Amino acid sequence: MIKIANVSKHYGSFQVLTDCSTSVSKGEVIVVCGPSGSGKSTLIKCVNGLEPFQSGEITVDGTSVGDPKTNLSKLRARVGMVFQNFELFPHMSITENLAIAQVKVLGRKQDEAIDKGLKLLDRVGLKAQAHKFPGQLSGGQQQRVAIARALAMDPICMLFDEPTSALDPEMVNEVLDVMTELAKEGMTMMCVTHEMGFAKRVANRVIFMDQGRIVEDDSKEEFFANPRSERAQQFLAKILHH
Amino acid sequence: MYEFDWSSIPGALPFLWDGMKVTLVITFQAVLIGIVWGTLLAMMRLSPIKALSWFAAGYVNLFRAVPLVMVLLWFFLIVPEFVGQLFNIPRGTDMRLSSAMAGFALFESAYYSEIIRAGIQSVPKGQISAASALGMNYGQAMRLVVLPQAFRNMVPLLLTQGIILFQDTSLVYVSALADFFGAAYKVGDRDGRLVEMLLFAGVVYFVICFSASQLVKRLQKKYSTA
Amino acid sequence: MNYQWNWGVFLQPSASGDDTYLGWMFAGFKMTIGLSLSAWVIALLLGALVGVLRTVPNKVLAGFATAYVEMFRNVPLLVQLFIWYFVLPELLPTSIGDAYKQTNPVMQQFLASMVCLGLFTSARVAEQVRAGINSLPRGQKNAGLALGFTLPQTYRFVMLPMAFRLVVPPLTSEFLNIFKNSAVCSTIGLLELAAQGRQLVDYTAQPFESFIAVTLSYIIINVTVMTLMHKFERRISVPGYIGGK
Ligand SMILES: Nc1ncnc2c1ncn2[C@@H]1O[C@H](COP(=O)(O)OP(=O)(O)OP(=O)(O)O)[C@@H](O)[C@H]1O
Ligand SMILES: [Mg+2]
Repeated sequence: MIKIANVSKHYGSFQVLTDCSTSVSKGEVIVVCGPSGSGKSTLIKCVNGLEPFQSGEITVDGTSVGDPKTNLSKLRARVGMVFQNFELFPHMSITENLAIAQVKVLGRKQDEAIDKGLKLLDRVGLKAQAHKFPGQLSGGQQQRVAIARALAMDPICMLFDEPTSALDPEMVNEVLDVMTELAKEGMTMMCVTHEMGFAKRVANRVIFMDQGRIVEDDSKEEFFANPRSERAQQFLAKILHH
Repeated sequence: MYEFDWSSIPGALPFLWDGMKVTLVITFQAVLIGIVWGTLLAMMRLSPIKALSWFAAGYVNLFRAVPLVMVLLWFFLIVPEFVGQLFNIPRGTDMRLSSAMAGFALFESAYYSEIIRAGIQSVPKGQISAASALGMNYGQAMRLVVLPQAFRNMVPLLLTQGIILFQDTSLVYVSALADFFGAAYKVGDRDGRLVEMLLFAGVVYFVICFSASQLVKRLQKKYSTA
Repeated sequence: MNYQWNWGVFLQPSASGDDTYLGWMFAGFKMTIGLSLSAWVIALLLGALVGVLRTVPNKVLAGFATAYVEMFRNVPLLVQLFIWYFVLPELLPTSIGDAYKQTNPVMQQFLASMVCLGLFTSARVAEQVRAGINSLPRGQKNAGLALGFTLPQTYRFVMLPMAFRLVVPPLTSEFLNIFKNSAVCSTIGLLELAAQGRQLVDYTAQPFESFIAVTLSYIIINVTVMTLMHKFERRISVPGYIGGK
């Protein structure tokens, strides 16, 4: 589904990604972790072309992301993305947030889009909030709406960039539960997260990044049992005893 | 097509320079008085004494509601009569420069006072409490703790306002006072070369204001990283 | 000080005979309002466009927009007005220039004033619009793009509606400025409020009454605009965000 081959990226002289390669097959759930500034967000944003990269190749469902001929908007419409800061559109009600891209990008009818949005809203347990505005919801609720908004586009895979790290601790689980359920239904997912419990429960593989490189790319059993690199060991020690 | 003739500029340079001096004098005195009087107004506005705070609010809102041209006309046409009678100044004395200076200073104080008030309010309230806890009174806390921090944040805005003021001085045209713009206009009118002189004036203003604003920008960067 | 107050002067027939001095003032008032509003329309349209251009990734467009703003910001309004009024007609091709100079002089004054004020203010509007767009969280643009919106769609549906709301309070002060700046147009002979004030001083020999009346008119305009904009701000506030509840 997603293939990342030898991708490198730099801002001026600063190397953000160095020769990163990995792949995500259909139905797989990959967790990406690593210290702050290691390039996780940059890598995941390269997958749907939000960040350009200078060398290497990324293909999503056979379409090359770096190819200038690719219609990126079309591709992105099929790849769901969830952000650290939710990024709901504050000037639209929850319903409008769910419907707008379906209507303007996919060309669905307004009521069809609203129907679909409300169904998904129900699925993330927020049916009652449909008429509210994002600023009137808690962080956890906003993030669940954001997931529903992405799902409304019928994505072929989902990208998550630290979806729970801006949340108060008591709201983390409501979001992780939605993600877990999604994974169980067979959604292809690439998740940047430090929630190791989530990784242990649902991930197929774990990728560990450090200084712009993919240092480990193992099955989760292997990663948690005996990480090869010293950096990953230190990282795990810190995060698990936290 | 129009045929340009720039030949009247070189000979007019000394006259234009005299005009520029008038422009600079008005600008600098108005900036100085504006900042001092503006600071006092800002402190009055924030003071717990109702009468002071109302006076300052009234002053600032009045001047900010009225066009500068209107204020200058007051100071050119009406105030001199009044002051002349009050102090027995002989009729016909040329008071245009002092009128212009007074008008600009009083007008700009209102704008400076708003910048300074915002600056003072941007200093965390805890700073005053901390100063009081050290035994300082309100005046000391303001002078030694709050104002120095406030001014540091405000320097770029105060300078930018100075650049605006520099441009605004051209409005003394309404009193036919020969500031830089007035001088350029007079020369152009005399030689029938208004087109060239107006363009020349525009370029001079642009070069000065653009360079000054670039300097302010650099300063701002330095301050914000320090 | 022995000054003879005479507020009745406004009701006396004016020097031109067919009107009262109050009528003169009212004519000036209408001119100020008409000029400011039409210039404001230009300023809003151009300012929004230039402000957006300053934030786009295309370097040529953004550079053009920056040059535009710098040019109008660093030359005094009075100088710009004189250039529009005295210089530009000379620089037009002779036939057009001459035709223009044949038109009604009041029309010429009004056109020069409107274009001058409109463009001058548009540069300031553009700065506010740019600041508004840049103050949106960076993630908003990414979120729009990630949903499959094109860049223009992202501006249209995601960024501009929010930026617009952020920009209304600073634009209010630009709106107020345009009324005040319109007084500068008295210098090319346009008979707006300030110019009528000067005429009244000359014709009535009651300078205090004249200037007080004109100054009050400006204050009334100021207060009215502020009140209206306040109402408008409340109407467009977003629930859960700044200004909303
Ligand atoms: N626009 C940019 N210009 C220059 N450097 C940047 C830019 N964006 C990101 N970087 C740098 O690239 C590196 C990787 O950033 P990235 O956001 O991918 O890290 P991350 O692993 O997601 O970190 P975090 O856990 O803090 O989110 C960081 O060192 C960051 O400073
Ligand atoms: Mg990140």
